[in-house]
Amino acid sequence: MTQVSLTVNGSPVTREVEPRLLLVDFLRDTLGLTGTNIACDTSQCGACTIHMDGMAVKSCTVLAVQADGSTLTTIEGLATNGVLNPMQQAFWDQHGLQCGFCTPGMIMAATKLVENNPHITEAEIRHGLEGNMCRCTGYQNIVNAVAQVAAGKGG
Amino acid sequence: MPIQHIKVLRNGTDEEELKVVETTGLPTWDADTKFTVVGRPQSRLEGLEKVTGRARYSYDVRLSGQLYAAVLRSPYPHARIRHIDTTKAEQLPGVHAILSSANAPDDITWYEEKSKLFDKTLRFIGDEVAAVAAESEEFAQDALRLIEVAYEPLPFVIEVEAALQPDAPRVHDKGNRVDEPTIYERGNAAAGLREADVVIEQTYTTQTAVHNSLEPHGCTAFWEGDQLTLWESTQGIFETREQVAEKLGLPEHHVRVVKEHMGGGFGSKQVPWKQTVIAALLSKQSGHPVQLMLDREAENLAAGNRNATVQRVRLGAKRDGTLTAILADIQVVVGAYMVGGEASEVNGMYERLYRCPNVRTEQIGVYINAGPCVAFRAPGHVEAAFALEAAMDELARALQLDPLTLRNRNYSEIDQKKEKPLSMPNALQVCYERATAAFGWQTYQRPAPTGPKRRGIGIAAHEWGGSGQPPAYAWIKLNGDGTVDVVTGTQDIGTGARTGLAQVAAEVLGLPIEQISVHLGDTAKGPYSPTSAGSSTQASVGPAVFAAAVEAKRQLLEVAAKLLEEEPERLEIRDGVVMVEGEPENKLTVAEVTGRLAPHMIIGQGARGPNAKDKTIRTFGAQCVEVEVDVETGEITVLRVVAAHDCGRIINPTMVDSQVFGGITQGVGFALTEERIVDEKRGLVLNANLEEYKIPTVADIPQMTNVPVNLPDLAANPTGVKGIGEPPLVPTAPAIANAVFDAIGVRLRHAPLSRRQLLAALATQAESIDKSAPPHTQEGQS
Repeated sequence: MTQVSLTVNGSPVTREVEPRLLLVDFLRDTLGLTGTNIACDTSQCGACTIHMDGMAVKSCTVLAVQADGSTLTTIEGLATNGVLNPMQQAFWDQHGLQCGFCTPGMIMAATKLVENNPHITEAEIRHGLEGNMCRCTGYQNIVNAVAQVAAGKGG
Repeated sequence: MPIQHIKVLRNGTDEEELKVVETTGLPTWDADTKFTVVGRPQSRLEGLEKVTGRARYSYDVRLSGQLYAAVLRSPYPHARIRHIDTTKAEQLPGVHAILSSANAPDDITWYEEKSKLFDKTLRFIGDEVAAVAAESEEFAQDALRLIEVAYEPLPFVIEVEAALQPDAPRVHDKGNRVDEPTIYERGNAAAGLREADVVIEQTYTTQTAVHNSLEPHGCTAFWEGDQLTLWESTQGIFETREQVAEKLGLPEHHVRVVKEHMGGGFGSKQVPWKQTVIAALLSKQSGHPVQLMLDREAENLAAGNRNATVQRVRLGAKRDGTLTAILADIQVVVGAYMVGGEASEVNGMYERLYRCPNVRTEQIGVYINAGPCVAFRAPGHVEAAFALEAAMDELARALQLDPLTLRNRNYSEIDQKKEKPLSMPNALQVCYERATAAFGWQTYQRPAPTGPKRRGIGIAAHEWGGSGQPPAYAWIKLNGDGTVDVVTGTQDIGTGARTGLAQVAAEVLGLPIEQISVHLGDTAKGPYSPTSAGSSTQASVGPAVFAAAVEAKRQLLEVAAKLLEEEPERLEIRDGVVMVEGEPENKLTVAEVTGRLAPHMIIGQGARGPNAKDKTIRTFGAQCVEVEVDVETGEITVLRVVAAHDCGRIINPTMVDSQVFGGITQGVGFALTEERIVDEKRGLVLNANLEEYKIPTVADIPQMTNVPVNLPDLAANPTGVKGIGEPPLVPTAPAIANAVFDAIGVRLRHAPLSRRQLLAALATQAESIDKSAPPHTQEGQS
């Protein structure tokens, strides 16, 4: 077992973990943060996307021990003081979801996308979300949701 | 809700079936009804839970002492277990329970072929060999590696043609044919072919596609005494309860099935699979809650797929395009077992879609040594449309008719199988008109080729069920503060059922939707509703909610009438206020009425009434597609899809759009990239993952337009609603294939339309492409 100390959604966390434990399993099973989902097991689908030190990462591709000392934000930590992040609100407003299983990862990826490129075009949104799979919506309303946020932010 | 009639139907001498007919004399929402909530793009009631990560799926359940289970699966397509030894695995710390053929109950059978829960004969790669429950997923996986199994590999068969050979390895002792062929004939198909001026005869094939819902199958099982609770990712909580109770010899009221949210199903979760009972048994054995979720590989191997088909199609027509004969010989590949949820009527669309006096279909199911198939969004129809709608396109070309003209010439206004009128005989016509108008079919100008890129357009149509049917039940409870609980035992499988049902209740009760809560997905808390399959949830459960709301409103107005000293008939409810007709100052809010009544409460019960008997209720749709084909690389890019689908009355236009976009997207995947690939020599599935099994990403998606149709169908139910879940996938693939032909003059008859297939076809047919006279013409369009 190895000790890891990190900050998750603003709170310091220290735990003993097996070196082979994936970060996503650490979040879901050790910390009980089940909003981050696992769908493909092989880093294709992006359902497990979180923010790690300011970057969107697929948490099934990171070991928990690699996150030692990091600052993480998961879907549970995106709203501030009960107010939804504009991307969360936009996914809800625009029906950017059906079953909701890809939604947390999709929102985490999309927030960074717009943060890094406030005047993002629709083509850039589509390119940027290629690593996040959705089996239900056909993506159109997801793209609309991200565009809503970009329009609000980028004027 | 009173049962109004019971008919006893006698079949033969000793079988009796009770036919319960619940009728209510309900008001109906006819075409002129003015709405305040229905027909508006209400955002989803459960959206907040989903965007915050709070939505709880089966695998999010965390119980004290919970164990995690994993399943050892057959590495051989066909084998016998000679010996299995789990001793070492049992000794591993953290392991609490192991099940295999050595210790599992012998009397639990599965599939229609009565395989045992852990059978010693394994018939596909992925067949269950053993299962372990341990303190973590990692320990469970460690334990699987310590199970020693001696397999005796047996001869196997993977290809449908090989499986039908007399000396083929037998998947089951009875052979590789599931049953006798299903044959349908009306008129004289052979004579119809003889009287044709033009005959199209071609064989089309469709692939095995995998649902690949993002949330895999699985559940969390937990016993309290002899009461079993299952948090199951299922499309049918009551179906699961009934079957699990039967398998485990439990009374139904000792089994509770809960499903709050699920990450997609698309048909694959409409039946319970072995892992549910395995989880329950591991939980019993260990005395702990057990969570058993499939991994992505198992999801691809052992949790259902869309059956591959081979369809030999013959169409005969007169010179003017009038069909004289439709014939289809269909082989459906079922995999190693029949799960009981296939319902893959590939033959149905040949029999119904076009007007034709002479039709013959013959369909057989064929076993192979691969994972069993199960219904996949519009089972049978997706496969049939790929062949029939391409054959119609081929016929149109042979007759030099516009494909739309040919379809209109053979338009059917009746149900030819049952010789009954259709409830909405012009629905498909409306779909054709709206889709082609929005697409610009008549006025399409093909852009000049740019380099190796060629453009083309295609059209395809479809029909499907989706009428909904009884039984389904709902309760509506009016609380003292004027809020409403809608309670029903249906499930929201991701389509937005909570929202659609709340809109119905809010509309009837004259309340803002914020005052409505919908409680579903729990067999212990709500009355029976059917499995969410066949595009039927809104059309089956919506009318039950409607009936319950009408009853609750009747009671509410009776109370309000006393308080207002008026007759109930003079009262109406608008925006939460009970008003007296023509006396605007004489009013009470709903909350004032229910508050005066509290703690007594109003409960409305509703049942889904029967569909009209004298008419056949179907749904229809048409899609137009534009593609660009690169003749050098073989790449097909779908540029735009315009869809028009008849789903009866539209309750929530944005949710309907969302179903259409999602369906088209799966159709693009089916047409171009999705295919389970099996190595013939070893029987291995080569792409049991989301890396090499290619579902569409956002980069693959065309511009999509859904043109609303919104034709209330009151033969279906008083709300006029029919289903939209499955249909939008059906016409997409054939429309794409037809557009590819339009672009490059090459016909691809095998789904998916791979680059290899396209380039090979181009190479052999290169000489027939006349670049100066593209095959699509403006002539003859209606």
